[in-house]
Amino acid sequence: MITAERKPMEELIECLRPYHRILLVGCNECVTVCSAGGRKEVGILSSALQMAFMKEGKTLDVKEITLERQCDPEYVEELVTHIDQAEAVMSMACGCGVQEIAGRFKSKPVFPALNTTFMGASERQGVWVERCQGCGECVLALTGGICPIARCAKQLLNGPCGGSTNGKCEVDPDIDCAWQLIWDRLKALGLEDRYEDNIAAKDWRTGRGGGPRKIIREDLVK
Amino acid sequence: MKTESVLEKVFASGELAVTSECGPPRGALAEKIIEKAKMLQGYVDAVNVTDNQTAMVRMSSFAACVFIKQLGMDPILQMVTRDRNRLAMQADILGAYAHGIDIMLCLSGDHPHFGDHPMAANVHDIDSVQFVQMVRDMRDKGRFQGGDEILNPPKMYIGAAANPFADPFELRVARLAKKIKAGTDFIQTQCIYNLDKFEKWMDGVRDRGLHEKVNIMAGITPMKTVGMARYMKKRVPGMDVPDELIKRMAGVPKEKQADEGIKISIEAIERLKEVEGVKGFHIMAIEWEQKVPEIVERAGLLPRPKEFS
Ligand code: SF4
Ligand code: SF4
Repeated sequence: MITAERKPMEELIECLRPYHRILLVGCNECVTVCSAGGRKEVGILSSALQMAFMKEGKTLDVKEITLERQCDPEYVEELVTHIDQAEAVMSMACGCGVQEIAGRFKSKPVFPALNTTFMGASERQGVWVERCQGCGECVLALTGGICPIARCAKQLLNGPCGGSTNGKCEVDPDIDCAWQLIWDRLKALGLEDRYEDNIAAKDWRTGRGGGPRKIIREDLVK
Repeated sequence: MKTESVLEKVFASGELAVTSECGPPRGALAEKIIEKAKMLQGYVDAVNVTDNQTAMVRMSSFAACVFIKQLGMDPILQMVTRDRNRLAMQADILGAYAHGIDIMLCLSGDHPHFGDHPMAANVHDIDSVQFVQMVRDMRDKGRFQGGDEILNPPKMYIGAAANPFADPFELRVARLAKKIKAGTDFIQTQCIYNLDKFEKWMDGVRDRGLHEKVNIMAGITPMKTVGMARYMKKRVPGMDVPDELIKRMAGVPKEKQADEGIKISIEAIERLKEVEGVKGFHIMAIEWEQKVPEIVERAGLLPRPKEFS
């Protein structure tokens, strides 16, 4: 999923200072799962904002809506009936959702309520960890199913740097060394030999190196 | 011979090679680098010039190498993948070679987290193994990494690092093998304090015959104080300082600790000379370059061969 965290209250209040009526839009997908921008968080932020405005002797009228998927134009369309009453929109989706609204409602200011962080997984209750950087040319088959790009602090493709210590990364003893994990996996699979294959320099064009990316599925395009 | 470099010639002659290092200054101070290099002149075959060591901004390795070259010495251009993408790296390699710099050390580098710009983007376009491969292909195929032909390809003598003390230990010989496969000509190891572990690693290296494919230089760093020894043990990732060494340093009065540190280094060199496959020593006296001549001399590594440079 895409993970995100809510921005600090002060920053959000600052964005909304000039307005009296806003739409606060959550999303039912990833940000719901990571407890950052689902229906529940929309309710909490809405109350917090109204309270903060009240303290400053002002009022803020908040219309709360949580869409099924904010990155999908079909669902964003549901805002049409509410958009005119609002002076601005605050989105509690990931950056994709925020942009979808901005693209659809060209004359309405849209503010992100979240900092979108990474593509990751839930490690345990309340803890999310980065797992993939969307490089566009997955190498997990070579590395025992552990991503050296997202999980090694130096995105090394050919093995651990000289700082790997007791299974931990040199950057932070709380982070597992990706290459220790890869090595342990390769051993468990009896694929130690695979480590000896030199992995060639990556072609970053499939990643961010080629500029903004696009997928076109001819079979689906209407 | 693959190159014209002094280091390749020294290895070929069968003599133990000796290198040391200079950290460029944190300012536009030519005299600092010249002063440091001069202390080493005549005592080493070539001088490593670090590249934003510990992720702190310093004068570029390339510029500092040029100053050292102008002294008639042989610099080793260190380069890390942390700060440059493959275009910038290859551009600097061409420039350096055009200035007569023909030895380099290919590293991934410490993470920016450790330095004075922890907020900087870390590039890591390629890793150290791919870096070695790139420089080898530039030399042997005369091609840029992107595939185009190079006019007058740089003939670099290629070095890489090895840390026998980092984890997982069982992978460390295989990691060396990958660097050799990529085309490294020589290896400079992490500072060796745990000699038993180093020798165990060398056993693994010899078992695979890797010592015949690459010239391994043992890394030696003298300790100034027991405080430094403790700091290295605790704070420097991938450094293995045995407790006996710390005890030994702590056992002598403060004013004698520096001498003890030098003695420990010399003993290490003497012992490592006997290890089959060790082809030289890389003496890194950090901000203590003036001690290198004494170590080289007392370890019986003088005179340095003159005919090659
Ligand atoms: S290799 Fe690329 S696509 Fe695969 S998990 Fe890593 S970043 Fe994601
Ligand atoms: S310690 Fe491991 S995860 Fe951290 S940078 Fe080095 S190889 Fe990558």
